[in-house]
Amino acid sequence: MSNNVFVWIEQNDPIAWETLGAARGVADQLGGQLVALVLGENVANLATEAIGYGADRALVADDATLGPYRLEPYAAIITQLAQAHQPAVLLMGASSAGLELSAYVAAKLGVGLAPDCTELTVEDGGLVATRPVLVGNLVAKIAFGDARPQMATIRRRVYPMPTADSSRSGETTGVAAVLSESDIPTKVEGVAASSGQVSLTDATIIVSGGRGVGGPEGFAPVQALADALGGALGASRVAVDSGWIPYAHQVGQTGKTVQPDLYIACGISGAIQHLAGMKTSKVIVAINKDPDAPIFKFARYGIVGDLFEVVPALTKEFKARLGT
Amino acid sequence: MKIIVLIKQVPDTAQLSANMNGLQLMASGPRIINPWDEYAIEEGLKLREAHGGSVTLLCLGTPDAVETLKRGLAMGADEAVLISDPQLAGGDSLATARALAAAIEKIGAYDLVIAGRSSIDGGNFATAVQVAALLAAAQLSYVAAIKAIDPAAKTITVERLMEAGRETVSSKLPAVMTVVKEINEPRYPSFMQIRKAAKKDVPVWSVADLGLDAGQVGAAGSQVKWSQIDLPPTREAQVEILEGTAEESAKALVDRLLAEKII
Repeated sequence: MSNNVFVWIEQNDPIAWETLGAARGVADQLGGQLVALVLGENVANLATEAIGYGADRALVADDATLGPYRLEPYAAIITQLAQAHQPAVLLMGASSAGLELSAYVAAKLGVGLAPDCTELTVEDGGLVATRPVLVGNLVAKIAFGDARPQMATIRRRVYPMPTADSSRSGETTGVAAVLSESDIPTKVEGVAASSGQVSLTDATIIVSGGRGVGGPEGFAPVQALADALGGALGASRVAVDSGWIPYAHQVGQTGKTVQPDLYIACGISGAIQHLAGMKTSKVIVAINKDPDAPIFKFARYGIVGDLFEVVPALTKEFKARLGT
Repeated sequence: MKIIVLIKQVPDTAQLSANMNGLQLMASGPRIINPWDEYAIEEGLKLREAHGGSVTLLCLGTPDAVETLKRGLAMGADEAVLISDPQLAGGDSLATARALAAAIEKIGAYDLVIAGRSSIDGGNFATAVQVAALLAAAQLSYVAAIKAIDPAAKTITVERLMEAGRETVSSKLPAVMTVVKEINEPRYPSFMQIRKAAKKDVPVWSVADLGLDAGQVGAAGSQVKWSQIDLPPTREAQVEILEGTAEESAKALVDRLLAEKII
């Protein structure tokens, strides 16, 4: 076994660099190398970028079967690389892809996995992970057994983006794909991008609407405020279950967990299931008619009033001050 | 179609209050079916209605988890199996997946295994995926819609909800699929169905029944454990209520957010 730390570099997602930044600290504490696993088609640039963001070297699988991400061919390569090179730690971002890929690889390797971690430390030469459980209502420390690599995925927007340094250099080694197309059970037919909208999970600002918006048309002023701030549009479960807005916008226990710099809750009372998805936002602003709404207990700033008056006034004020 | 649905009994987070914190809920609070799993059961029932076959529920848990299976039987599942054994306690996602995969192999040939995307207690997003890895079945996670399925040709096309958008993927069967809430609206069982389900026999399988050794499951077969569990740190946020007309309070808020460089 080595002291090296392997990190899967997901394409087109900044979570790869946040994870690489977290992994740099782990590799330094273990006294090992940080190795980027770059998989895809025409991804030589991504390997160079990974070295700029802190990797010591990169293993690159460049193959037509790896074009869009697919679980089976990616897992086969990473499993084989882990068996061949015996890293101490294998990390990924806790994106949709990273969560399933890490689970599949951990099962193939028979090793331990700590998913969706908010902190990684090194104690006695091994990884110790911290992660929220019970949808954020408890925090668990995760201790690993003897099997290596110790695997973990890192929650989005918890570790900062490292600074890229284009003067860094490192060796890039090509590796072959493991599965041929006929061995792969799945085929990606296409992706319908949610075009023109800011993604909830990446957003630094989220403006959300709940029961108080009253109907689908009630989201118009909430959307206008999100647009003025360049933010994403969120919603509570009530708004989604009432059919006012698609499920992709739902924040909370049965929706997305988000951690923006600013979360503006409009007409959201703050049920525990909603709080579970957003209460670690850096600054929460609550706008609600009911001064006793639980959301105010978690907010830094509150405005007690009618959202249909307050939200347009806020949009107007932001536009005037920000020139948007 | 032979469909197996994986379900889990979890603490009811709706019971969290000033009188019951997360630690108390985890230790002894009321239990419910994992909210995502009702969508998995519903999708299994819809597939059976369209294509024939059967829906078998599979749950690993303590003996009282049989209540969760009865809930699924009342919704309309054909049969249910509980995997329960003191040796299973403290299992990580992989140790749990080992027992589930062994139970699926014991049940026999299947076309589709369906599960919720994650559980609200462990929140690992891992167990169903690890079942697929152990069974060497295709894995389809975060499915928001089944676009096409052909049980005879053993093919399925689904839409997955990913960060970048909705991804359309075609796959061979058998497969393991995890579902998100958007996929359907779970049915409510009638009083008669609940009564009928209450009388149904639910077999209980032990670790030995699955042909596994004690060292492969539970805490003994696990490579991760929760060494410490705490309540999350309380937020110090002391809310500042901004008074005045809508315009005045809006201006006051923008002043503060700009001054603190939040925007």
